[in-house]
Amino acid sequence: MKTICFYFQVHQPYRLRRYRFFDIGKNHNYFDDFANRSIMRKVAEKCYLPTNKLMLDLINEYGYRFKISYSISGTALDQFEQYAPDVLDSFRKLAETGCVEFLAETHSHSLSALKNKDEFYRQIESQTKRLEELVGYKPKTFRNTELIYSDEIGAMVADLGYKAMLTEGAKHILGWKSSNFLYANAINPKLKLLLKNFRLSDDIAFRFSNRDWSEWPLTTEKFVHWLNNIDPKEEIVNLFMDYETFGEHQWAETGIFDFMRALPGRVFSSSNFEFLTPSEAADKHQPIALLHVPYPISWADEERDLTAWLGNELQDEAFNHLYSLSDKIDKLNDADLKRDWLYLQTSDHFYYMCTKWFSDGDVHKYFNPYDSPYEAFINFMNVLSDFTIRLKSKILELNYFANTKVDMEEIDILIQLYKQKMLELVKIKGGEIINGNGNGFAKNAEEVSEVKKTKPKTGTKTKQSKKLTSEKPKVVSKEKTTSVKVSASKVKSIKAKSGTETTKPKAPKTVKKTSTSKVESKSKATKGVVKKSASKTKKAK
Amino acid sequence: MRVLMFGWEFPPHITGGLGTACFGLTKGIAKHNVDVIFVVPKAYGDEDGSSIRLVAAENIDVSHTSMQLEEFWKHIQYLEISSNIVPYVDPEEFKKIIDSSDLESTETSSFTSRKKFKFTGKYGPNLMSEVTRYAIIAATLASENHFDVIHAHDWLTYPAGIAAKMVSGKPLVIHVHATEFDRSGENVNQSVYDIERRGMEVADKIITVSNYTRNIVITRYGIPEDKVITVHNGVDFSNHQDDIDSERGVDEQVVTFLGRVTFQKGPDYFVEAANKVIKKHPNVRFVMAGSGDMLNRMIRRVAKLGIAHKFHFTGFLKGQDVHQMFALSDVYVMPSVSEPFGISPLEAMRSNVPVIISKQSGVSEVLKYAIKVDFWDVDALADSIYGLLNYKALANFFIEHGQDEVNNLKWDNAAKQVIDVYNSVL
Repeated sequence: MKTICFYFQVHQPYRLRRYRFFDIGKNHNYFDDFANRSIMRKVAEKCYLPTNKLMLDLINEYGYRFKISYSISGTALDQFEQYAPDVLDSFRKLAETGCVEFLAETHSHSLSALKNKDEFYRQIESQTKRLEELVGYKPKTFRNTELIYSDEIGAMVADLGYKAMLTEGAKHILGWKSSNFLYANAINPKLKLLLKNFRLSDDIAFRFSNRDWSEWPLTTEKFVHWLNNIDPKEEIVNLFMDYETFGEHQWAETGIFDFMRALPGRVFSSSNFEFLTPSEAADKHQPIALLHVPYPISWADEERDLTAWLGNELQDEAFNHLYSLSDKIDKLNDADLKRDWLYLQTSDHFYYMCTKWFSDGDVHKYFNPYDSPYEAFINFMNVLSDFTIRLKSKILELNYFANTKVDMEEIDILIQLYKQKMLELVKIKGGEIINGNGNGFAKNAEEVSEVKKTKPKTGTKTKQSKKLTSEKPKVVSKEKTTSVKVSASKVKSIKAKSGTETTKPKAPKTVKKTSTSKVESKSKATKGVVKKSASKTKKAK
Repeated sequence: MRVLMFGWEFPPHITGGLGTACFGLTKGIAKHNVDVIFVVPKAYGDEDGSSIRLVAAENIDVSHTSMQLEEFWKHIQYLEISSNIVPYVDPEEFKKIIDSSDLESTETSSFTSRKKFKFTGKYGPNLMSEVTRYAIIAATLASENHFDVIHAHDWLTYPAGIAAKMVSGKPLVIHVHATEFDRSGENVNQSVYDIERRGMEVADKIITVSNYTRNIVITRYGIPEDKVITVHNGVDFSNHQDDIDSERGVDEQVVTFLGRVTFQKGPDYFVEAANKVIKKHPNVRFVMAGSGDMLNRMIRRVAKLGIAHKFHFTGFLKGQDVHQMFALSDVYVMPSVSEPFGISPLEAMRSNVPVIISKQSGVSEVLKYAIKVDFWDVDALADSIYGLLNYKALANFFIEHGQDEVNNLKWDNAAKQVIDVYNSVL
């Protein structure tokens, strides 16, 4: 008996909100909660809930004869928990039937397999943990993001103990060979490979409602006829597709649900096929050959390679920048940062930066929240800039308290950071200090520090910065809240002073200039300005 | 095929881009074995006539038959206007034209009594009467020459095109480089609008330089959609100099606005975006190159925002200075509120400068390697500027691909499409 193996991909990314550069350093909420919730709800109503119900009905109808599998990304699981617990319930019910296999994948549907083995493993661990928690299933088979696979990735997966893995039956890899057999990893032959039959899969996933297609309309009769037409020696037909095919990519009106409802019956009545889950299929059939895949393949576009996510300058830059942070992340144990780091790795962010759709198809455009790849890039980089700042300051804090060496530039960053924090805290506390106006406070806060600095007049740059370092620990070592109080009371006193002294509007203005530029950089200009301001204040007097 | 084409100017005697565009187009058309008789009000004798036959209207005897057309034009005769009514022209030049005294001595004697008319070929205060006289010459030319199609560029020549069509019965194609709405916003000059609409109604086909302009023609002039065809402009860089001394005197990166400082070009959005960028990213300077009726307002606004130390005004630039300005720039911004096409971003890209253009410009329809924002979206504009300044990969991406992209915008392709339009009316 031949095997049909159904696998459906369930994935939703955490989409980024429009994050402008002026948010950098101020606002650390990167994700578009509204869009994520509403898209999740929409897809749940149109696809997940009705299709899960359909699958459950089919399983109930055919007992153990109808079997399917899902791979649910960790970000989708997280979003189900947040926005659509009803969908989780329905998946749990499917899991309880015993006819459904759930696959392991990376938590954030990431491309980590291409860059960072540790992160790759961590993400698999976290996704499988989530899956057990939420759906109650411990996966045995692996599927990588977008079916991305190479010999090395396969070997990494095999090392984790997985027996089977899914990937694309890419033409340029198979050549004359057929996807309708089991294959094995070239490095570690213990890992069995199930290859997607892209023609029959895409007939359902992409072409089903296409009226220009010569085979439209697709009926179960026709489809089972094609199944019967495969070479008699061939053993397995892997139908891999996005779950959103049902009701979302192909609307209910196209008849996709009716097709699916009728398919198992037609298969049982007029073909020699059975339905198996991927792990069952891997147990039943034997690999006929090793599959050599030196360069990564995927299931995307005509090319079946990585060019949808990586390859143009923008994607590479963003990707490399992101993963250049992984060393720093490893040192930390900060839940917020770790979560953001995870969600930023989602492959969709790089997909949006693809410039291929300039020339071919509009598939990319359809799923894209951005008008252009440039917008996608700028937005992502803005977020990443803020993330980097947060990360670095966190590390600095750690180093500082651990008494590790901290250099001067880093001290500057820390100073800015604490200033920012003080501002935020004052804002939270309310307006009694200074009309609740952050800018007003900034001015005064800088004046405070300026007063301190100007006392021991001039001196070289290095002296000044040394002064800063010696001054800072006092504030840092105390609790944050107390440090605010200290500064706040100083602000008050300053205010009182300026009130009595019938004002000299020029002086504070120039003072402000010097302090800001000093923090920015230790350029030559600073010296000049310092001198200038000094002379100006003299004049004012 | 032979085309009787009416223009208003021809290189090197140009005041704006219209002449350049006509020149590029005729060169392209001539390559495809199409003869062009190009009529301008006044020929100086040093025009590049390699690909066309240039006819100066002032050398044409007005025949009796065309004199009778006089009646027809009565309702637009002697309308005197002196607004800035031509496309692509810069205000400095325009002002010069108005100021120059020789213009005032334009031959104004009644045209019924003369056999030849004098033209200045400029955009002077007597423009309307010149337009009218030009039309009468056109009728004469049309009766004396053999040709298959009439092609008229912008409203100044529409009456000429109409007259030629009435005399010869040949099909008329008009070419819209700009409409009165682009030039004047909502305060349209009614007589110009009337001429434009009449030209569009009489024409057999209308060519617009962008879909943006096509839309205006359809919605504002009530022209049926199937009559209006978009042919995007090409660009000719054969005279481009690459060896520009671009040593800059400042360390900061430079963001440039270059164009007329008028409502239509959206300079105010540039200023507001600059303010946002400077607040966050002080290592940058902004330059507004150009002049216009909003310049003083912009200077005041910059002063009020307190960014004058980072924001510079150069006044009107031309020739070598323009290239120099591009060479010094890191980002070029064209935030136009309404722009039929817009050549300047292409020049910037040619000089390896990444560009940000408004979605309300015709050129945004042909460019892929440019950031496009709505002109009113100051946040998006500021963000794009910041992105190009800070994320080198993006700027390099544009520099790398932008050159090829602009070099492929050839007049040759535009010419082919124009010839298709000719064939469709024959």
